[in-house]
Amino acid sequence: MKTNRIGAWIAMAIGASYFVIPLIATFEFSLRMRRGEYSFDAYRSVFSDMQFRETFGYSMMMALLTIVFGMLLVVPTAYWVRLRLPQMRPVVEFITLLPLVIPAIVIVFGYLRLYNSSSVLPLTGSTTGTNILLVFSYITLSLPYMYKAVDTAMRAIDVRTLTEAAQSLGASWATILFRCIFPNIMSGVLSGAFITLAIVMGEFTMAALLNRPAFGPYLQLVGANKAYEPSALAVIAFSITWLSMGLLNLVSRFGKSAPAKA
Amino acid sequence: MSPPISTATAPIPRSGPTITKDRIIDWLGIAPFMLFAVLFLLAPTFYLVIGAFFTPDGQLTLKNISDLFTPSILSAYWISIRISLASALGGAFIGFFLAWAVVLGGLPASVRSTLLTFSGVASNFAGVPLAFAFLATLGRTGLATVLLRDWFGFNLYSTGFNLLSFTGLTLTYMYFQIPLMVLILTPALDGMKKEWREASEILGATNRQYWTMVALPILWPSLLGTTLLLFANAFGAIATAYALTGSSLNIVPILLYAQIRGDVLHNPNLGYAIALGMIVITGLSNVLYLMLRMRAERWQK
Repeated sequence: MKTNRIGAWIAMAIGASYFVIPLIATFEFSLRMRRGEYSFDAYRSVFSDMQFRETFGYSMMMALLTIVFGMLLVVPTAYWVRLRLPQMRPVVEFITLLPLVIPAIVIVFGYLRLYNSSSVLPLTGSTTGTNILLVFSYITLSLPYMYKAVDTAMRAIDVRTLTEAAQSLGASWATILFRCIFPNIMSGVLSGAFITLAIVMGEFTMAALLNRPAFGPYLQLVGANKAYEPSALAVIAFSITWLSMGLLNLVSRFGKSAPAKA
Repeated sequence: MSPPISTATAPIPRSGPTITKDRIIDWLGIAPFMLFAVLFLLAPTFYLVIGAFFTPDGQLTLKNISDLFTPSILSAYWISIRISLASALGGAFIGFFLAWAVVLGGLPASVRSTLLTFSGVASNFAGVPLAFAFLATLGRTGLATVLLRDWFGFNLYSTGFNLLSFTGLTLTYMYFQIPLMVLILTPALDGMKKEWREASEILGATNRQYWTMVALPILWPSLLGTTLLLFANAFGAIATAYALTGSSLNIVPILLYAQIRGDVLHNPNLGYAIALGMIVITGLSNVLYLMLRMRAERWQK
């Protein structure tokens, strides 16, 4: 057992250095902009860049829209499948997993062919249309994560009893969904939301090919033209991922303790 | 809609094709989702798949598929497959030892939870920022390159190493492959019962015999399946490669990207065929993954 433990520590040390060194290196590199000393000049340069603010704001907006509309699509569907169409469960689950199988670049290629300006539904013909298409593409990308988070949360509550109780009190479907189901699966909704935020903020393929001024393509552009700013941007992007995943962990911990009361 | 009427019959699971008003409402409930899936997931994919079998003026043909086997496209597929495979194997190998270390290595519980939390985050560290991180680490003036030179007198770039290459991209991809392996394999290793080890030890098995004759035969579907999943994961990725190498490394997603932007192959339908090839490869690895996972779950009952 003794040798086992030494081997385990060695494996951990190798793994930890693989994970941690690039993070340290990125941070160190981002401080190198001024010759001969460390400074936060690269960050100053990034934050004063108008394009940074615009693309960051744009992607935040897209992430928010993706979360809101994605949840409006996913929650009622997961609810309905549990309540009325359990036989459709495998089919719906299969569909939600497809975005993990079909590469994003293939999906967006299909969009460009199917929704171009000469098609029946010319979404890419206008800016608004393209923005809508981008939100839909992000919903598609985050579908596996959102559905899983919501469905897991729904497993912990008794959907049928809640529904019947609400109905016997005269609640409409909208009331049931928004005042009974949504609050009860908040932990699932929030964890789905945070992972969606992490995915959308750095997403490159969809936004670049749909030609929208999102954060991902901006990162790529800066990377191709500047030396130290990319590292500063990588630190910022990693912090966003950390923040969303940290919040996700926090939320799922709350979620685990909640259903005990029910 | 009058909800009270519909609930009266809802809890009874009915079979058979009887069409009632309730039944129609039941199906209408998932109509928005189905419509969304058809419009933004299935139809775009099928459009490309079908388009791969037609000429630009609508004639049925297999030429696009056979054109995939021209040297330039074939080499793109080949290098993509090799990078995905190398990063999947490397990720699986290191990931396995990390998962083994926290499950069976007798490390403190805090190490385990740290590793799992970190893996959850790091498996999402893909895309453009990851490329920047590796440029800052292993680029020509990156921290690791500089420290290796200053501390150990080892010049990484004199060995012919280049971050913007097969090795470089493989190393970069492994950054999200290892955590993914850890996340999927830790539960599988948790499922290894202590009794199996004890039983084999009582029967006089050595550590080596336990691993080769008990543990690995149980674990191989999980190991192989997860490796396939990592393979598919790397195969479709583009952002990291594009930010790292621009278009100098000719992998399939980058070729497809160039084709979408500017029809570099001078045949739009050949682009569809490339997309079809990607779907076939990622699809096959996922199907195999699912089959192996079903096999692996036999032991968890």
